[in-house]
Amino acid sequence: METDITQLWVYLSAKPLTGLTITLVAYAVGFWLYQKSDRNPLCNPVVIAIALIAMLLKVTGTPYATYFEGAQFVHFLLGPATVALAVPLFRQTETLKRAMPVIIFGVLFGSLIASASTVLLAWGLGASPETLASLAPKSVTTPVAMGIAENIGGVPALTAVCVIATGIVGATLGPMVMNIARIKDWRARGFAMGVGSHGIGTARAFQVNETAGAFSGLAMGLNTLATALTIPFLWHWIFG
Amino acid sequence: MIAAFALILVCQLFGEVVSELFDLPVPGPVIGLVLLFFGLLIKRKPPKVLTDAADNLLIHFSLLFVPAGVGVVTQMDRLKGDWLPIAAALIISTLLAIVLTAMLMSKLLPKPTEPSAADTAKDAS
Repeated sequence: METDITQLWVYLSAKPLTGLTITLVAYAVGFWLYQKSDRNPLCNPVVIAIALIAMLLKVTGTPYATYFEGAQFVHFLLGPATVALAVPLFRQTETLKRAMPVIIFGVLFGSLIASASTVLLAWGLGASPETLASLAPKSVTTPVAMGIAENIGGVPALTAVCVIATGIVGATLGPMVMNIARIKDWRARGFAMGVGSHGIGTARAFQVNETAGAFSGLAMGLNTLATALTIPFLWHWIFG
Repeated sequence: MIAAFALILVCQLFGEVVSELFDLPVPGPVIGLVLLFFGLLIKRKPPKVLTDAADNLLIHFSLLFVPAGVGVVTQMDRLKGDWLPIAAALIISTLLAIVLTAMLMSKLLPKPTEPSAADTAKDAS
């Protein structure tokens, strides 16, 4: 019986359909738990889905590459979704025009703090050069961060993991830290979430307050640009 | 809908080609984003099919991070070796960036002329 199941799994796991289905089902389970928990930020659907799939791969001894054969269809959509960010960004054109210099300054400031403090802290604690390069772009959305990491000598897979962890840390702990700092302006709060924790932070900001969400989306889009345009040049300039 | 997705993919493809051709460190999709944004600025009134397609892609934005995130299983050795700097960077510098940016922006953003100015900007979208 057990060999039958094993053989069935060997057959199924080789099909792209399996990896794709597992991804969607695991996310659906994660999202269901998230809603059951009254949208508790600690019940992040992305974390739940990743944990479920990682456990399944471990238990069945399936290599990540086999899983990715199917999951790549979901992964592929990150590129078009990044392009699609132009639409929410366009909706903020009026806000952008009204406070252009402040917003650009804020994004550059946040982007620099995020990457500089990351690199300094990790370097001070003895991280390897590949880890440093993988961590540097961690505050921008995954496909862009992976592209930057590759360019500056990091490990894209490690970057993906760090980017997602950054989003989760920002989405869960960011609001608490801003409460402690007594920041009440929804625009500033949303903006900071977008700069510090990209799409996952923006998704969270939208759930809390519409204005915060809109500013978060704006900041995320601009930060993606700012980081993609500055980090690679700064990195090659500093480290040669 | 097909035309809208095609337009998004054309922007991405253009971005990939430009990035490759000029050996730019900027990823293709970001160049595509800029291209589409300027296109919208010129057009001023984006077609509804395009905004619908974009919104549909972005509703499930966080799902799209799952396959890359599962890649954690391939990085266990590196995570074990560098766990302290990674954990410190993830937690401390992320929260530092958020709180400092929030403080700066709450000082610098112009106060809305009417209390709901920021909300109406969003509603208009």
